[in-house]
Amino acid sequence: MHITTNDVYKIATLARLEIDEKQAAVFATQMDTILEYMDTLNELDTSTIAPMYSPVDHATVLREDETAQHYNSEQMLQNAPEQGGGYFIVPKIV
Amino acid sequence: MAALHSHTLSQIRDLLAAKKVTAEEVVTDCIAQIRATEPSIQALLFRNDEAALNQAREMDKQGPQPGQLLWGVPILLKDVLTTKGIPTTCGSKMLKDFTPCYDAYLVARLKEHGAIILGKNNMDEFAMGSSTENSAFGPSRNPWNPDHVPGGSSGGSAASVAACQAFAAVGTDTGGSIRQPASFCGIVGLKPTYGRVSRFGLIAYGSSLDQAGPMARTVEDTALILDIIAGHDPQDSTSVNISVPDYAAALTARTDLQGIRIGMPKEYWGEGLAPEVAEACNQTIEQARRLGAEIIPVSLPHTSYAIATYYIIAMAEASSNLARFDGVRYGARDTTADDLLGMYTKSRSTGFGEEVQRRIMLGTYVLSAGYYDAYYKKAAQVRRLIRQDFLDALSQCDVLAGPACPTTAFALGENTADPLQMYLTDIFTISLNLSGLPGLSLPIGLGKDSGLPVGLQLFGSKFGETSLLQIAHVLEQHTPRLPFPQGLVDSTI
Repeated sequence: MHITTNDVYKIATLARLEIDEKQAAVFATQMDTILEYMDTLNELDTSTIAPMYSPVDHATVLREDETAQHYNSEQMLQNAPEQGGGYFIVPKIV
Repeated sequence: MAALHSHTLSQIRDLLAAKKVTAEEVVTDCIAQIRATEPSIQALLFRNDEAALNQAREMDKQGPQPGQLLWGVPILLKDVLTTKGIPTTCGSKMLKDFTPCYDAYLVARLKEHGAIILGKNNMDEFAMGSSTENSAFGPSRNPWNPDHVPGGSSGGSAASVAACQAFAAVGTDTGGSIRQPASFCGIVGLKPTYGRVSRFGLIAYGSSLDQAGPMARTVEDTALILDIIAGHDPQDSTSVNISVPDYAAALTARTDLQGIRIGMPKEYWGEGLAPEVAEACNQTIEQARRLGAEIIPVSLPHTSYAIATYYIIAMAEASSNLARFDGVRYGARDTTADDLLGMYTKSRSTGFGEEVQRRIMLGTYVLSAGYYDAYYKKAAQVRRLIRQDFLDALSQCDVLAGPACPTTAFALGENTADPLQMYLTDIFTISLNLSGLPGLSLPIGLGKDSGLPVGLQLFGSKFGETSLLQIAHVLEQHTPRLPFPQGLVDSTI
């Protein structure tokens, strides 16, 4: 697998990042080297091994679906870059 | 009496409880030590001087509270842990102006026990790095030699504790971020078993790997902090609901290593290990043998695959976790875009540093359609093999021992040009996070070539923190304690 600058742009779009031409070239080379290193895992036959996604053995924890208020809306909005009238404000969508 | 800041946490706690010193005196002394040492090590992102002093004065009016195990003791926190009303930046421009409205669970526990938050420590941005050189606010420096890194990502915390700015700190460890800087700065660092300490309020990097833990100057102090921060928290579904032993009290139960079997994984003692690190670690293993331990050769055969496995999983989880930073609810917003998508991408590209963007990119790639099975699923399968290695080795012995890092602290700038080279320095610490097991780095002396601290790492069984701490404590009692870092100006001089 060889990572091209076009691949970098495509991944950046998926990751919601904006990458300029110079950075795309650097990332392409670096990602290529890193992914090539990661390909060493293919030396191992893992066809019969179940994936391990978490070290936790216990089952998913469920709780009663009860409402509770831990914070007020003022606290929730205090770090917003832009807010007003109890809402988060974003650039115009439609 | 020696300067207050140079006491251990256990000593200062007892002096405070016995009213031999006041909380104000202790806080004042630590602030003076911060003033004296901070220009050399740049370990702090936020100093809470005034509020800490006010809190100490208020506490002194009430007097020591018997139920509060850390009454009046100043501590520091890695800036990845949320603190109510105190800025929490994660070492990132993205969270430059973020002030949480809640405390992390472990922070609330420390406060309940009367600890005084003296400040927030520098770190690699979003805990991604091994040197603090990825901090958006500049690197911290190693107290033993300011031209060298303190390690990372909890490098600021390790540097602060070594420089006696506070009596302990809490760091986080996703791939060695407590143990590696502890080793580089000559202090004790413990990564508890995954699930032992709640992750509520730990700003997520790799959720299946992240674990907070104590960093202190002695094993006993490490145990005292763990006693307080460990325990079940319903706010973290991976937090485990089993009882918490009294770690500090258990230390006195063992005075030698009779009957203890220590496994030496052969993969940790071979190629790439600096001779000075090997020599110091071997001396400590010999000491363990003299104290009665049986030393057993073991193998962790998948060690050479750990770095690739770790970075695939950590980057995948990072790309998902960091999707929340979109310039809407919190964090930096770029205001030059006139549409929503442009606002997302510009905010993220200007808010995140280069290493964070690289990891998000790689994580997005390994999770993308067509590559998920080849990378992410594959790594999750190898992860199981790596954990099985540990379980097999630990079925033959009580703990495993090896160097915490292949070298002592490297120089600033030495590994920044090539990201892969930096990742490779994590070889001895990352496997443990994949397995979820606990590990501790113990300072055992100075390397004879570099003059910088060397850490011996001990790995334990699941929830085996008690025996890990006991064994480390016995070794510590038979190892000369490191002096105050030479070259650093103490406030009392």
